[in-house]
Amino acid sequence: MNNIAVLPIILPLLAAIIVAFFPRKLQLVRFLSQGLSLIFLGVIGWITWKVYTGGIIVLQSGGWDAPFGISIVADYLSVLLVLTTFIIGAAAVFYAPHALSLEQESFYFYTFYFMLISGVSGAFLTGDLFNLFVFFEVLLMASYGLIILGNGKIQLRESLKYVLINLFSSMLFVTAVAFIYSAVGTVNLAQIAERVESAEQQGVLTAIGILLFFVFAVKAAIFPLYYWLPNSYVVPNPVVSALFGALLTKVGIYSIMRVFTLIFVHDTGLTHELFIWLAMFTMIFGAIGALSTNNVKLIITYNIIPAIGFILMGIGLHSEIGIAGSVYYLLHDMVIKGALFFLAGALIVAAGTKDLKKMSGVIHKYPLLGWMIFISALVLAGIPPFSGFIGKLLLLQGALAQEEYLLSIVALASSLLILFSMIRIFVEGVWGEESKLVTTEKKKVNRLTIPAVVLIAISIFMGIGAEYIYPHTETIAEMLMERTEYINSVLKE
Amino acid sequence: MEIVMSVLASILFATGVYNLLQKQLLRIVIGTALISHGAHLFILTMGKLKRGAPPVLVDRVSDYADPLPQALILTSIVISFGVTSFLLVLSYRAYTINQTDNMEEMRGSNDE
Repeated sequence: MNNIAVLPIILPLLAAIIVAFFPRKLQLVRFLSQGLSLIFLGVIGWITWKVYTGGIIVLQSGGWDAPFGISIVADYLSVLLVLTTFIIGAAAVFYAPHALSLEQESFYFYTFYFMLISGVSGAFLTGDLFNLFVFFEVLLMASYGLIILGNGKIQLRESLKYVLINLFSSMLFVTAVAFIYSAVGTVNLAQIAERVESAEQQGVLTAIGILLFFVFAVKAAIFPLYYWLPNSYVVPNPVVSALFGALLTKVGIYSIMRVFTLIFVHDTGLTHELFIWLAMFTMIFGAIGALSTNNVKLIITYNIIPAIGFILMGIGLHSEIGIAGSVYYLLHDMVIKGALFFLAGALIVAAGTKDLKKMSGVIHKYPLLGWMIFISALVLAGIPPFSGFIGKLLLLQGALAQEEYLLSIVALASSLLILFSMIRIFVEGVWGEESKLVTTEKKKVNRLTIPAVVLIAISIFMGIGAEYIYPHTETIAEMLMERTEYINSVLKE
Repeated sequence: MEIVMSVLASILFATGVYNLLQKQLLRIVIGTALISHGAHLFILTMGKLKRGAPPVLVDRVSDYADPLPQALILTSIVISFGVTSFLLVLSYRAYTINQTDNMEEMRGSNDE
């Protein structure tokens, strides 16, 4: 039964191959991708249930036991993130036919989409550092394909930068893996954790840890390494931006969470203090960026950055409640970022422009879209009873418990700035007199809104039903802080 | 031998970064290729270069070469090969659409 741990990687890969056979039969491809996405969602739900009831599932691939073979580890954190990934993927695949042009769709959008999902779930599930690199490359290759769909002038320029920066950080990742291998003689995460604990030269290991943090920080867009993100996420189609914003940066922050709760936990005075400072700057600068522009999509793209700051804050606190808050915020943010990009795409179609100064009065013709934008602004800023509130509450409790008053103030202030930037979209673009630019393509806009409505419903459930979700994140935080369960289930079977 | 290899890897890194900072697209691509070669050499060096014999699957043999870095390099080479070829195609495409291979001249209005 251990084999089911590999299903989230294999299934989308197979789907990508199947879908690649019929590039010109769009109707069939759409139907296949939507159907398969829903079936996969069911399968992943079943796997999540298995992990919930039966504990960590470890697949030692090829029958080679842990330090020698490649381990795929489905612990509770990974499997919940994979489930969220598939939920967002399913929503995106229902959004895609209405958002993409026929040309973009027939240039293998669905193949790249399935490969991206496969790479993301692989990165969440893998149990060794080198395979983390490999799955990073799998998802990056798919994202390179997705980001240039459309072939515009500016798109090509920005995707060049995106590819170059990711390539450079990947090469540093390989270098960091080489360092780790020479220092502790293994690449298996659990075994690295064990050996780092017994190693004597902690200074060298901390240096390697910082190098790894740098690599993941580039992918996760942490201050000061977020400069590449806004422009390259704003140029592709909204559905591609939604996949990127919801999944790619989250893989980076997940890797930080995994590595710095499992392996490098012995010198927290240096590393985790650094995280807290970087988290503060990330929150502030991201929120300021969101206020700096009138492009609706760019506002939402900038809002990815402070969310990463919040998650990093919990990792930096390194207490049970802080990590629980981080996990909660991570799950919430994946869902709401997907929804926000869907809404931005619908809003741009409905308003006929992406400039906030020119659009107004969308709500008269599209009340559902307007109110959804309002709700998502509240969710993002963390107004109760929505899901952002619970995550921020946990994080602030953790910060106050460790007397990090400056951090708490910065977090609250940046929440206010986020609320301000989002409400600006609502007040200037959605509210007010109806402008002439507002389209009459009602059907199209409504179809674009529905996937976002589903995601926002999930997010509202995460807020109102917090008593169902919170115990799970608490269990995850306990497991991450304890470490022994992860190490034992990988190495001693 | 390890020292020589480390120096070689560092030279590759340095020239790679130098090329990465140029304005011409082709030079940038070559820069990334050089950096990835540096990283590969580096893995090889980290796994101890020569310990006597090829990797074997027999008990009580101590002077075997470490097979793991070689497996890692093989994977990494394949990936960097793929990415480099993609990058070449992408930069050719960017050149034909933008009519320039100079990153400075590609700047322009940010709003389409």
